[in-house]
Amino acid sequence: MNCAVLQFPGSNCDQDAVKAVASTLSLKADLVWHETVDLSAYDLIIVPGGFSYGDYLRAGAIARFSKAMHATVAAAERGAYVLGICNGFQILTEAGLLPGALRRNDHRQFRCDMVELEVVNGATNFTRAYEKSRVTIPIAHGEGNYYVDDEMLKRLEENQQIVFRYASEQSPNGSVANIAGVINERGNVLGMMPHPERAVSERLGSTDGISLFRSILTSWRDGHAS
Amino acid sequence: MASIRVTLKESVLDPQGSAVVHALHSLSFSSVSDVRIGKYMEVAFQAQDEQAARTQVSRMCEQLLTNPVIETYSFTLAEVRE
Repeated sequence: MNCAVLQFPGSNCDQDAVKAVASTLSLKADLVWHETVDLSAYDLIIVPGGFSYGDYLRAGAIARFSKAMHATVAAAERGAYVLGICNGFQILTEAGLLPGALRRNDHRQFRCDMVELEVVNGATNFTRAYEKSRVTIPIAHGEGNYYVDDEMLKRLEENQQIVFRYASEQSPNGSVANIAGVINERGNVLGMMPHPERAVSERLGSTDGISLFRSILTSWRDGHAS
Repeated sequence: MASIRVTLKESVLDPQGSAVVHALHSLSFSSVSDVRIGKYMEVAFQAQDEQAARTQVSRMCEQLLTNPVIETYSFTLAEVRE
């Protein structure tokens, strides 16, 4: 499985993502600059956290039009896995690869914390290795307040596209239905505000991100078993 | 020149606006019931005529300047001759 981690001006979780892939899957992920036009060699594309293009205009709004994101949309269409984390999630919604939008946190504070998540759908390409339904993964964002209208929320629920919810009754950002991560209908694009790449070692305070990366590799291998 | 106002849709919570409401109340402006905070942009560009200018600005707003999931926009045009 060939992995790419996109790198925009302002990305700051790109190296964490590369290291997480190395430590959880023993694979080398390539850092790919935002001007790259061809991602056809990659099976997994990670759109990392940070502040792409300074979050000018809106978080993710400008990154969406980068050459690498055009290539990512094409990759998603041919079935490659795409994982958007934090700013990456914002970019994927702006690009239309995932429904909804991320608004400023309802309490207006930047929130940096370990949070408990409910794995709502443990049968996706990104979650099938999870053996428990509650996991602890850190968040760090000021604009993680997920929004969809009622009609789209109903569709997400019916299609089991809600993958993670914040487990506490009090959402850390005000997201509709406590949503922390959603997947596309086809099941190959996941966006989430929490940072699984920062939860891959006891030294980081949690190892609950490991199963996410392992799920991707297992799913990919199953899809390519001859 | 287009003067563009971008605001969150009425149905979308505006936390910045809520914070400013509280601040105005604490300054004794107790009659304030709502504040909505948006963005103001000035775009200088060229167009054949007014209709073409309107079409261009609408496309700019829909493709980049707003997120139609949560935001709405309005604009005015002013002719600026060099």
